[in-house]
Amino acid sequence: MKPQASPVTATENLVPDTRHGVILYLENVSVSFDGFKALNDLNLYINDGELRCLIGANGAGKTTMMDVITGKTRPDTGKINFGQQIDLLKLNEAEIAQAGIGRKFQKPTVFEALSVYENLYLSLKMDKGIWCSLWHTLNGEQKDDIDRILAIIGLTDQRHGLAGNLSHGQKQWLEIGMLLAAKPRVLLVDEPVAGMTLQETERTAELLTSLAGEHSVVVVEHDMNFVRSIARTVTVLHQGSVLAEGSMAQIQSHPDVKRVYLGEESA
Amino acid sequence: MNYPISKFSSPLQRVTGLLFVMTLYVVIANTFFAPDSFWHVSDYSVTLLGKYLCYALLALSVDLVWGYCGILSLGHGAFFALGGYAMGMYLMRQIGDRGVYGNPDLPDFMVFLSWDSLPWFWMGSDSFVWMIVMVVLAPGLLAYVFGAMAFRSRVSGVYLSIMTQAMTYALLLAFYRNEMGFGGNNGLTDFKDILGFSLQSGGTRLSLFVLTTLFLGLAYFICHRIVNAKAGKVVMAIRDAESRTRFVGYNTASYKVWLFTFSAVLAGIAGALYVPQVGIINPGEFSPINSIEMVIWVAIGGRGTLYGAIVGALVVSYAKTRFTAIMPEAWLFALGGLFVLVTLLLPKGLVGLWPQVKASFLQRWPSNKEKTL
Repeated sequence: MKPQASPVTATENLVPDTRHGVILYLENVSVSFDGFKALNDLNLYINDGELRCLIGANGAGKTTMMDVITGKTRPDTGKINFGQQIDLLKLNEAEIAQAGIGRKFQKPTVFEALSVYENLYLSLKMDKGIWCSLWHTLNGEQKDDIDRILAIIGLTDQRHGLAGNLSHGQKQWLEIGMLLAAKPRVLLVDEPVAGMTLQETERTAELLTSLAGEHSVVVVEHDMNFVRSIARTVTVLHQGSVLAEGSMAQIQSHPDVKRVYLGEESA
Repeated sequence: MNYPISKFSSPLQRVTGLLFVMTLYVVIANTFFAPDSFWHVSDYSVTLLGKYLCYALLALSVDLVWGYCGILSLGHGAFFALGGYAMGMYLMRQIGDRGVYGNPDLPDFMVFLSWDSLPWFWMGSDSFVWMIVMVVLAPGLLAYVFGAMAFRSRVSGVYLSIMTQAMTYALLLAFYRNEMGFGGNNGLTDFKDILGFSLQSGGTRLSLFVLTTLFLGLAYFICHRIVNAKAGKVVMAIRDAESRTRFVGYNTASYKVWLFTFSAVLAGIAGALYVPQVGIINPGEFSPINSIEMVIWVAIGGRGTLYGAIVGALVVSYAKTRFTAIMPEAWLFALGGLFVLVTLLLPKGLVGLWPQVKASFLQRWPSNKEKTL
C-alpha cells in the first residue's frame, strides 16, 4: 500500500451499500418553487452499473431531480439514499461529490483559465482539503489515471492547452473526463449532445455506453435519436413524477407516453 | 553561452533579484557615500522607499485575493490599519515617561482623557512578542470571522465588495471615537524607539527598510508558491466557476476564507512595518478611499500576476509623491485618469506591456536574438 500524504476524510470511507443492486433511491421526493411542483412525489431507482435515460418535456423536473440528488436543491419531502445506507440529504454538495456522485452540467463548465491537464488534476479523487492542496504533487498512479482519461476522451494532444480554447464538443468531453477522474459510482449527465455535430454525437454515445457497467450513468436528453442509440432503460418524467419506465420500444407504445409526450406525431 | 541575464528568466527570480540588488544598493549608498555625492541615498529617501515597499506588500495581498480568487476586497485598508495599530500600541508603550505628561504607565492621550488605568485591551501591549502576535491575530481574526460569515452564506461579487467597504467604514467611525481607547482622531504618534533603538536614527530607519524588503521578498515567495501549487489552481477554478468547483468536491467557502485570512495577515504585516517608518497611525488609514486606491495599484500594475501588484504600488506611490508636491488638489483626478486610461488601453496593466516591448525590440533588432542564440 502506498503511503498517503493526507488524512483520509470521513466521506471517503462511505461506500454505498448496493447489495440489493440499487445504487440510487429516490422515494416520495417533492420540491415546489412558489407553489409550482417541480417534483411531485417522485419515486425512482437507479440500478448499480446501468445506463438510464431520462426523457420528458421542458418543466418535467429532469434538472430539478439532478439538483436534488447533488445537493443543490433541498427537497421539501422525501428520501434520497446513495446505496442503502447513505442519506444524501445530510451531505452538502462537496461531500456528495466526494462520496461518488458526479454531475455534468447542461452548459459545459470547465475551468477555462487552466490547462486540460490541470482540469483533470483538480478533479482526481483524493483529499480535497486546503492543507493537502498546498503541498500536493502528482504520484505515478495519478499521472497514469490522468493519461488514461485523456486517451478515453481523446484530448491527449490538447493536454497542455487552455481548456478555454477547446471546441464546444471537446469541452463536453473534458467535463465527462473530469467526472471520470473523480472515480464516481454514479454519473449524472445533463444533455450531453446539445449543440454537437453528428460525429461528436456518435463519439459521445460510444463514450457513455462504454462507461456503463463500471459506473451507473443517468443521461437526461432531448435528442430522441441519441436516446434510441444508447438506451437500455428509459424513464419518462411528466409533471414531476414518473410516467412510464421500460425499454425504448415499450415506452414508444405506452399509451400515456403517446398522449402526453410524443403527442400528436405518434397518435 | 550562459548569460547572467538568464538567471532572471522567471518572475520569481526577477522580483527577488531586483529587490536584493535594490536593497544592497540603498544600504551601500546610504552608509558609505558622502551626503553631497550624487549617488548618496538620504535617510529621507530610505524611509520613503520603505513606505512604498509596505504599499507593495499591501498590493500583493490585494492581488492574491482579487487577481487569483476574484474576491474584490474594498476593505483591505482595515487589515493594514489594524496591523498598524497593533504596532502603534507597542510603540506608544515604549515612550514610557518621555511623553508630554510624563506618566510612566499611560500614553498621553489617556492622561488627557483623565483615565487612571490602561483598558484591558492594552494589556501586554508593552511586550514585543505580544505585539507580533497581535499584528497577525487582529487582522487575521477579523478576516476569518468576516470571511466565514460572508463566504459560507455565499455572498460574492459586488455585494461582497460593498460589505468590505462598509466594514472598513464602520471601523473608521469606531476608531475616531475617543472612548475606543485608540487615541481618537489623532491616532497614535510621537513614537520614540523600537526595541531600544531610536526611530529617528538613520541606522534604525535603514534596518526597518531592509526588514520591509525581506518581508516583501518572503511574502512574494510564499504567494508565488501558493498560486503555483495545486491550491492555487483550485483558487483560480473558484474564481472562474465556483459552483463547478463545488461539484468537483472542493469546499470552496473554506478555501476562500483561508485565502482571505492569509491575505489580511499580509496586509496587517505591511501596516506594522509602515507605522514605525512614517511615525503615525490614525483612523484615516481605515478610510474607504485608501482601500480603493490599493485596488487601483493592482489594476494599474497588472492583476493576477503578483509582480504586477508590486510594480503598480511602486509606480503609483512614486507618482503620488511627485504629483502632490506640484499640484496636491489634482492628484485624485490624475489617479482616476490613470485608472481609466490603463483599464481602456492596457487591460493587463503596466506589466502586460513587457511582452509587447520585448517583441517589438526583437523585431527591430533581430540580429540581437541571433547573437544570443
